[in-house]
Amino acid sequence: MRKIFVVLTLFTAFVLALAACGGAAPAPSGETVTVKETVVVTVEVPVAGSPAAPAVVAPAGYGVTLETVKARGNLICGVNSQVPGFGYVDADGNFAGIDVDYCRALAAAIFGDASKVEFRPVTAAERFTALQSGEIDILSRNTTWSLVRDTELGGNFVHTTFYDGQGMMVPADSGLTTLEDLEGGTICVQTGTTTELNLSDVMASLGVSYTPAVFEDADATFAAYAEGRCDAVTTDKSGLVSRRSVLPDPSAHVIMDVTMSKEPLGPMVRHGDDQWFDIAQWTVFAMFAGEEFDITSANVDDVKANATAPEVRRLLGLEGDLGLKLGLTNDFAYNIIKLVGNYEEVYNRNLGPDTPTYIPRGLNSLYTEGGLLYAPPFR
Amino acid sequence: MSRDEQQKTTIPFWRDERILRFLGQIVFVLFVLFVGALIYQNMKAGLAKQGITLSYSFFNGVSGFDIAETAFPYDRNSTYWQAFLVGLANTLSVGVVGIVFATILGVILGVARLSTNFIINRLAAFYLELIRNLSLLVFLIFWYLGVFLKLPRVKEAIIWPGDIILTNRGVGIPWGIPTASFPTFRLILIFGLILAVIVFFALRAYGQRTGRAPLTLLWSILTFILVGLLGWIILPEKPLTLDLPLVKGLNLSGGKILSPEFMALTSGLVLYTAAFIGEVVRAGIQSVSKGQVEASRALGLNAFQTLRLVVFPQALRVIIPPLTSQYLNLVKNSSLAIAVGYPDVFYVSNTIQNQTGRAVEMISLVMVTYLAISLFTSLLMNWYNQRIKLVER
Ligand SMILES: N[C@@H](CCC(=O)N[C@@H](CS)C(=O)NCC(=O)O)C(=O)O
Repeated sequence: MRKIFVVLTLFTAFVLALAACGGAAPAPSGETVTVKETVVVTVEVPVAGSPAAPAVVAPAGYGVTLETVKARGNLICGVNSQVPGFGYVDADGNFAGIDVDYCRALAAAIFGDASKVEFRPVTAAERFTALQSGEIDILSRNTTWSLVRDTELGGNFVHTTFYDGQGMMVPADSGLTTLEDLEGGTICVQTGTTTELNLSDVMASLGVSYTPAVFEDADATFAAYAEGRCDAVTTDKSGLVSRRSVLPDPSAHVIMDVTMSKEPLGPMVRHGDDQWFDIAQWTVFAMFAGEEFDITSANVDDVKANATAPEVRRLLGLEGDLGLKLGLTNDFAYNIIKLVGNYEEVYNRNLGPDTPTYIPRGLNSLYTEGGLLYAPPFR
Repeated sequence: MSRDEQQKTTIPFWRDERILRFLGQIVFVLFVLFVGALIYQNMKAGLAKQGITLSYSFFNGVSGFDIAETAFPYDRNSTYWQAFLVGLANTLSVGVVGIVFATILGVILGVARLSTNFIINRLAAFYLELIRNLSLLVFLIFWYLGVFLKLPRVKEAIIWPGDIILTNRGVGIPWGIPTASFPTFRLILIFGLILAVIVFFALRAYGQRTGRAPLTLLWSILTFILVGLLGWIILPEKPLTLDLPLVKGLNLSGGKILSPEFMALTSGLVLYTAAFIGEVVRAGIQSVSKGQVEASRALGLNAFQTLRLVVFPQALRVIIPPLTSQYLNLVKNSSLAIAVGYPDVFYVSNTIQNQTGRAVEMISLVMVTYLAISLFTSLLMNWYNQRIKLVER
C-alpha cells in the first residue's frame, strides 16, 4: 500500500521533470543527446549579430557549427587511424597524414592554432553516422564523393583533396597481372566502402566470377590478405600503396596496372550549415592557392611583409575582408599556410618521395602542371 | 464468514489493494508508453532536422554488392531485402550447427567434470576454467587468424583420411549430391520419420501400462535409421552421389567447402558455449540428491537405469532453464561474426546501412530479428520444460 504511493510520487516527479525539459524543445534522450547539446549551445549564444551574417536571410542551421566549435574550444575531426599517409597514428602516438593535416589546417583557420583539434578515428562503416549524429564536426577520411553520399547520407562534399582510383594488389610471385586472371579467385575487400560496390560492378561487366571476403576494417582486411586468405586485395590505389608499406614484406606485393574506378577523396560536412561548408571548402582552396603563389610555411611571413600582388594580399588578409565573410578572422589563410603549410608541403610531408608511402602527384598537381588542382579566385 | 464478506464490500475502492495494484499496473504501462513516445518523437524531430525520413522502401532497391556465402541464389542484382535474408539464413545455420555441437560437447564436459577419474576430471575442470575466463571476441579472432588462416595454402593443402582437405581457403569435406532418385528417397525418409514417431508413442504407452520402461527414444531412432537404410539399398539408383573436394586453380571445388570464416565462428562459439553448458549439466546432475541414487540402487535398478530413469529426468528440470539461456547466448554472440568477416545478419545489415545511410531502419530491423529468434527459441524450450516438469499432486 505505502509502496504504491511511493511509486506514484516518484512517477509524478519523473513525469514533471520530463515535461519540463520536453516543453520547449524535444527532450534529449538516447542516441541523439550529442546533437541536442549542439543545438542548445546555439540557443544560448545567439548568432544574429555576428559580423559574418550575410545580408540574405540565413536558413536555420546556418553558422551553428562554427559557433559550437568555437564554444567548445576545439574542432572534432573524424579521421582514419589505419592508413599511413592519409590518417594513422605514428610511432610517437600522434595522428599524421594528409587528411589529418587538413583537420589541422581547418583548426588553424578557425582558432589560429593548429593543435586545437580532437581526432576521432572512425571506420568506413561508422563514418557517416558519426557525421550525421554530430559526433564529429567534419569527416576527413579518404572518403569518396558520390551522389548517394551527397544526398541520402546527409552530407556535402567539399572540394576533392586527392584524386584517386581503385586498384588491385596481388602477391608478386602469383603471376596475376590482369583482373581476368582472378577468375575463380577470392578477393579481400572492406565493407561499407565504394570499393566493395566497384568490385562487384567491374567484375560483373568483365564476366569474371570471384568470391569476396569482406572485412570490417583495413587492419582485418590486410591481415587476412597477408595470411593468404585471398588471391588479391582491392581498395583505393592510395590505400594500397599505404597499406603495402606496413605489410610484412612490402616488396613481395605488386599493384596491378588497372584502374577500376574514379575515387575523388575529400572532406565531408553535414547538410544544413552552408557557412561551415564554405569554411571547409575555402580551407582547401587556401592550401591550393598557397602552392599556386609559392607561399610556404617558411616564407609566408616574408611574403606577407612584401606582398604587392592584389590576390596574394587578399589571400593573406592584407587587403579586403575575405576572412570576415566566412565568419573567420582575416588572416585565416595566413594561419593555414603558416601553421600547416600549403598543399605541396602537406603532400610531400605525407606522400612525398621521402616517405614510405610515396605516390607520384599525377592528377594531384596544380592545373598549371597538368593536374586537377584549381582554386577559384580569392576575391 | 458473512461478517468478513460484509467488511470486504465496504472497503472503498481507493483502499482496496487489488484495485490499487491493478491501477498501479495501468499507470506503469502508460508511463512506459509515454517514455517510448517521447523517445520516438525526439528521434523523429532529430532526423527531420537533418532531412531524414524513416521508410523501408529502399529495401526493394538493387544491392550492388556481393556476398561470399549464400544459402540461396543471390547476386549483385538482387535487392537489399534478399541480401538481408541471405544474412539471416547464415545466422540461423551458425545458430543451429552451433547449438547441436555445443550441446554434445557440453554434456560430455559436464559428465567428465563429475568423473571419478582424476585426470579426466582435472582436464575438464581446467578447460572450463580457461574458457570461462576468456573474452569470446579474442577467442574468435584466435580461431580465425591463429588457426584457420594458418592452415597451408591451397597448393600445399593438408589432406586428411576421409578426403578432408584443409587449407587457408577453407575446409573441404565430402558431400552428397542429390540424383534423380533423391525425391523418392526423401519420401522414404518421411515415412521412416512417421514410423519412428509411432514406435515412440507405442513403446511409451507399453511402458506406462506395464511399468517397465523400454528404451523409447533409442528404438524409435533405430527404426528411422533402419527405414532409411532399407530405402538406400532397394533404390536402383543411389539417391546421393559422393562428391569429393579437390584443389582446382586458385581455390577448392567440389564437395562442401566450409569457409575459414564459418569454421572459425562456429568452432569458437561451440567451444566457448560448451564450457558454460558443461557447468549447467554438472550443476543439474549434482542437484539430484544422493539419496535418490541410493534408493534406486536399493530397489534393484542398475547404474544405467538409475541414470536414465531417476537422475536424468530430475536433472533435466534443473538444466533446461539455464541451458535455454546458453542457447540464446550462442545465437546472440554469433553477431560477433563481423570480427571474422562471416556474413551473418548483423554484418549484412551493417553493410546495407552503410551503403544506404538507413541507420535507424536497419538497427531496428536487426533488433527485431534477434528478438524474434530469441523469443522463438525460448518458446520452444519453455514448452519442453513445461512437459518435463514435475507434476505435483
Ligand atoms: N574511398 C573509399 C574507400 C575508403 C576506405 O575506407 N578505405 C579503407 C581501405 S584503405 C580504409 O581506409 N580503411 C581504414 C579503416 O577502416 O580504418 C570510400 O570512401 O568508400
